[in-house]
Amino acid sequence: MTKRLSPRTELRNYALLLAAGVLVAGIGLWAAHFMESRGHIVTGMNNQVVWGLPHVFAIFMIVSASGVLNVASVGSVFGRAVYKARAPLAGLLAIALLAGGLAVLMLDLGRPDRVIVAATNYNPTSVFAWNVLLYSGLFGTVAFYLWTLMDRTMGAWNKPAGFLVFLWRFVLTTGTGLIFAFLVARQAYASALLPPLFIVLSLAWGHAIFLVVQHAMLRWNAMELHPGIQKRLKNLLGVFVLSVFYLVAAYHLTNAYFARQSAFERYLLLEGGTVTALFWVGYVGVGTLLPLALIFLPGAGGRRCVLAAALGVVAGAFSLLYVFIIGGQTYPLQIFPGYRVASRFADGAITAYAPSLPEWALGLGGLGIAFLITLVGVRVLNFLPRDVPGQPVESN
Amino acid sequence: MSDQPDASRRQFLSRGTAATAAVAVAPGVLLYDFARARPPAEPASSAVRWGLLIDTTRCDSGCDACVSACREENALPLPLKPTDPQWIRKVELQQEGSGRKVSLPMMCQHCAEPPCVDVCPTGASFKRADGIVLVDKHRCIGCRYCMMACPYKARSFVHEPVEDHSGATPRGQGTVESCTLCVHRVDQGRAPACVDACASEGHRALLFGNLNDPDSAISQRLRSVASVKLRADLNLDPGLSYVGL
Repeated sequence: MTKRLSPRTELRNYALLLAAGVLVAGIGLWAAHFMESRGHIVTGMNNQVVWGLPHVFAIFMIVSASGVLNVASVGSVFGRAVYKARAPLAGLLAIALLAGGLAVLMLDLGRPDRVIVAATNYNPTSVFAWNVLLYSGLFGTVAFYLWTLMDRTMGAWNKPAGFLVFLWRFVLTTGTGLIFAFLVARQAYASALLPPLFIVLSLAWGHAIFLVVQHAMLRWNAMELHPGIQKRLKNLLGVFVLSVFYLVAAYHLTNAYFARQSAFERYLLLEGGTVTALFWVGYVGVGTLLPLALIFLPGAGGRRCVLAAALGVVAGAFSLLYVFIIGGQTYPLQIFPGYRVASRFADGAITAYAPSLPEWALGLGGLGIAFLITLVGVRVLNFLPRDVPGQPVESN
Repeated sequence: MSDQPDASRRQFLSRGTAATAAVAVAPGVLLYDFARARPPAEPASSAVRWGLLIDTTRCDSGCDACVSACREENALPLPLKPTDPQWIRKVELQQEGSGRKVSLPMMCQHCAEPPCVDVCPTGASFKRADGIVLVDKHRCIGCRYCMMACPYKARSFVHEPVEDHSGATPRGQGTVESCTLCVHRVDQGRAPACVDACASEGHRALLFGNLNDPDSAISQRLRSVASVKLRADLNLDPGLSYVGL
């Protein structure tokens, strides 16, 4: 077991982490200001690729915010004590990730100063507008759930609150998937497969983030995870990674089967340059095969293996989202089937996109905000997962 | 003096007056289906649905008069970069197999079921009662979801500060914009700038009018020639139709 740090060293390290978080979040806010004052001309986006790297970061965090609540749901809805011990940390991470993701989404608007207009002028047919309610609702339901966990007098409300969070996060992730599923215009989207895919993605990505944070917190406090709990949590990650792979394969294989979609699939999987490399190396290699090997191969599955697997899943998540969001836009719209198309507006042509420095800074700034909320939250609220010694670890 | 010369003079004068009146009034009569100026206080009416019929067989591949006219009317910058706005653009097509070439202007299709309006979270994208799809620049938050939803790539995002505000339509950095069908001209009883420019070039590839009026020139033409709507599979009922595709 690692030796616990002296209080003085611990405080210094904590201050350093805090400063790093403030710096990253601050650079992100500066980037947002720069983009707002100069216009999106300082980004790599254009009239064909209208959602760029900030959306990759934002959607990663929003989808993960839902999935990170897995352990809370299993704990409160299905009454598993091992998971319930982790529920407060899961709730805090959900709020932190959602705040980081929404910050990026809002600061990437063309007119972030008008964000209040989204609340005062509500279009009920817009899935974006539905999501405004779903996101703010998740903040409220998770906050209520945390209250039932922290206040013994509210204990009776814990299970209903856990169930509400469980339902809410499924609806929320469905809503995020629908943002794309309702887009009939582009080849990559308009698929009923997307909401369930987003739900499974959220389970894998959220769980991976939870494992990384839990690992860091236990190391900080010189604690070890019970091998039984470790095994169950890593197996759960493996199942989620396999589930994602199944749905991603179904999405691409069905597309490849349709003649009208096959050219688009050829672009993504074979001829797309960065997009293709990110799919095969980033998502399939680092985000799927490597984690599965680290989890399931004989001799693997130890503490470091699980941490590496979880980090691989996160790297794969960014790769997959980049392929989905950017690759889905760089491919030209099919307006004139049966014709070769050319224009001065990139009709019929693959559009180049390279994210600019402010885009990277804004996206990382969102992660910085989530990091800061988590860092302060775990310290102030003491959300370290504590397993009761001798408590049996249920098998399932 | 006999009556004969007087009679012929009267006849000449009456015929001349009639002919002059016909020359003067006929274009107005022909244009009547879209040329009624709407009083400012009167809201747009659903009795009218404005539309365009684009005859690609009359569209010259080397001509971009419609694009230039739009740019002048709305004070748009020259489209040099992928970030520059293009409310209307010329698209060159070549049919696979036959190699047949087609040139056409592409812009907002002013759909009856516009996806951009459905997805807009703030209602900034809206459709007027007469079918013209517009963006309320004061309500647009610049989320670009409408651009993701438009199957025609008809919308542009204002990526840079706007220097020239002399155009007929307000423009602002960080908001989305697209063809307004020159709504300011239509409300004055005039045709969109692109339509007039095409006619001035002698191509007359663009026919503008009221689709709800069965006697309008556009409705009569739509009855007499085969035309298609782009991405008809999506069932968005665009206000624009194309001949020769």
